[in-house]
Amino acid sequence: MRNFILRRLLYAIPTLIGISIITFVIVRLSPGDPIRFFVFGQRDITGEDIERLRHAYGLDKPLPLQYVDWLLAMVQLNFGQSFIYHQDAFQLLLGRVPATLQLAVVALGLQLLIGVPLGVIAALKRGTWGDGVIRVFGVAGHAVPAFWLGLVLIIIFAVQLRWLPSQGMLSVGKDVWDIPDRLRHILLPAFVLSLTGIANYSRILRTETLDVLGQDFVRTAHAKGLHERTVVFVHALRNALIPVVTALGGILAGLVGGALVVEQVFSWPGVGQFTFQAAIAKDYPIVQAATMFVSALLVISYLLRDIAYAIVDPRIKAG
Amino acid sequence: MASTTATIRAPTAAEALLLRPPRSLWSNAWYKLRHDRLTMIAFGVLLVLGLLAAAADIFAQAVFNYTFEKQDLLHTYEKPTLEPLAYLLGSDEIGRSQVVRLLYGGRVSLSVGFVAALVNLTVGVAIGLTAGYFRGRIDDLFTWFVTTLNSIPTIFLLLIFAAIWEPGPVTLTVVIGLLFWTGISLYVRGQTFALREREFVVAARTIGARDTRIMFKHILPNILPLIIVLAAIDIGAIILVESALSYLGLGILPPTPSWGNLLTNATSYFIRAWWLVVAPGAMIFLTVLCLYLIGDGLRDALDPRLKAEK
Repeated sequence: MRNFILRRLLYAIPTLIGISIITFVIVRLSPGDPIRFFVFGQRDITGEDIERLRHAYGLDKPLPLQYVDWLLAMVQLNFGQSFIYHQDAFQLLLGRVPATLQLAVVALGLQLLIGVPLGVIAALKRGTWGDGVIRVFGVAGHAVPAFWLGLVLIIIFAVQLRWLPSQGMLSVGKDVWDIPDRLRHILLPAFVLSLTGIANYSRILRTETLDVLGQDFVRTAHAKGLHERTVVFVHALRNALIPVVTALGGILAGLVGGALVVEQVFSWPGVGQFTFQAAIAKDYPIVQAATMFVSALLVISYLLRDIAYAIVDPRIKAG
Repeated sequence: MASTTATIRAPTAAEALLLRPPRSLWSNAWYKLRHDRLTMIAFGVLLVLGLLAAAADIFAQAVFNYTFEKQDLLHTYEKPTLEPLAYLLGSDEIGRSQVVRLLYGGRVSLSVGFVAALVNLTVGVAIGLTAGYFRGRIDDLFTWFVTTLNSIPTIFLLLIFAAIWEPGPVTLTVVIGLLFWTGISLYVRGQTFALREREFVVAARTIGARDTRIMFKHILPNILPLIIVLAAIDIGAIILVESALSYLGLGILPPTPSWGNLLTNATSYFIRAWWLVVAPGAMIFLTVLCLYLIGDGLRDALDPRLKAEK
């Protein structure tokens, strides 16, 4: 097991290097001169000053050397100063992490709490109209544009019914620890963010439960005269839940990517909204910090998924 | 001489079975598809949407008598009405006809989806086939690259690219196509891996077939069903991404209408005109739903393993 984890950790290194190259290149090859952005609006700058700045920031070196410089700084979490806020880009980004984390955790919880039971119910009631509804939902949940669903839910619940707030994390003037108010704010965005995952899990669990229910050990359990409930929940479900672990990697990627759009719709002050605003404003240090941060998070979650999978299913280690 | 007519007789039942055209994978699949009502409906709806988008000019002129950029500041935020027909789905904040803009938006959104999918199918199949067939170093490089690309959320990459480079519709389509091939190539690589060990490939190699011939004439036809299924789902996924990007104001830029960018200013319609928000998204939803249903239907029809069940 230890060897497996070590090997898997080693595999993550080239991936991270690849991500850093892409992050570096996509920004550095952008049209326009970063120094010009930096000194924009300062009138008494001469061409000589610009050359000096370019030298000071190492922008006169060949591109591969610039990359190495950038990489070495990045490893120490130094992404440079934000062009707009003139503060450390990574620190600014970290300030936005809790908001996204809350959203993602609640969404993940909804996915598991709704998606898994839906899939199991569909499998147990195979062929009934309930199964049909859940299956249609399993496809439809993937096909809905998240931002549009968010807009429609805002129209229904915030504009028409006035039950829930449409924007932000907290009502103005409320205490930070006002949990009911926070819950009311998080409900809509978290639901929208969780929809693809709910659809995903309901599909996976349906197929998986049907598969497991057809296997010999389930028939044996039935033959022993065990109660239906025991067979389903103790014998079948434990095995059907393995793919929940495997799917987690893709689900997390979906959450991170989806958060970018959902945060925009609901004005949720998280990493996604921050990255979006930075990209629009061409604030490259923040864009690079955010891309590296989010991708590193994904690499780690893929890593944890593989380890968890190896624990749940010991056959994996051999392969 | 008269006996020649006597030799022609009706075939016996056993002979009739031999005389009927052979059932191939494709004729089987087509037979199954025709009896799969949901998939056929999805095909039909998609076809109608495609035709409406293709004939947007004709409809705009002949039926609605309105161009997509025509404004009418005296009739802003009109409710959906039959009189005039151009306001069938209402008018927007500067009095443009929603229904006509939806027609043109469909043209853009659908073409972005289909063209980008074509690009990434080409790239994905070529790369997946190469990596799966040659294995070794090439495959290591492939795995590294795909893992790397998969670890960056695609919407982040697209967003950054679009914000920095501000591409036109064509560039954007190609870039989306070049970013989305990893999933397809992984499937193709996996299948190629398994197929290259099979007897018919070994047989082809023994008689001296070149690598390219084996890859494209022997292996590719065997993974074609899978590729077709992936293509349907792929188009749907691309339409979704393009619409999200356009909604954020970074994809297809106005005045060119796309289903996504019709919603860019949606927040200002919330209270006055909810129908302006509902319609474009419903079009995206319907299109993508049809594509996913077709994908599911094709999977059922083309997967020979499922035959035993029915």
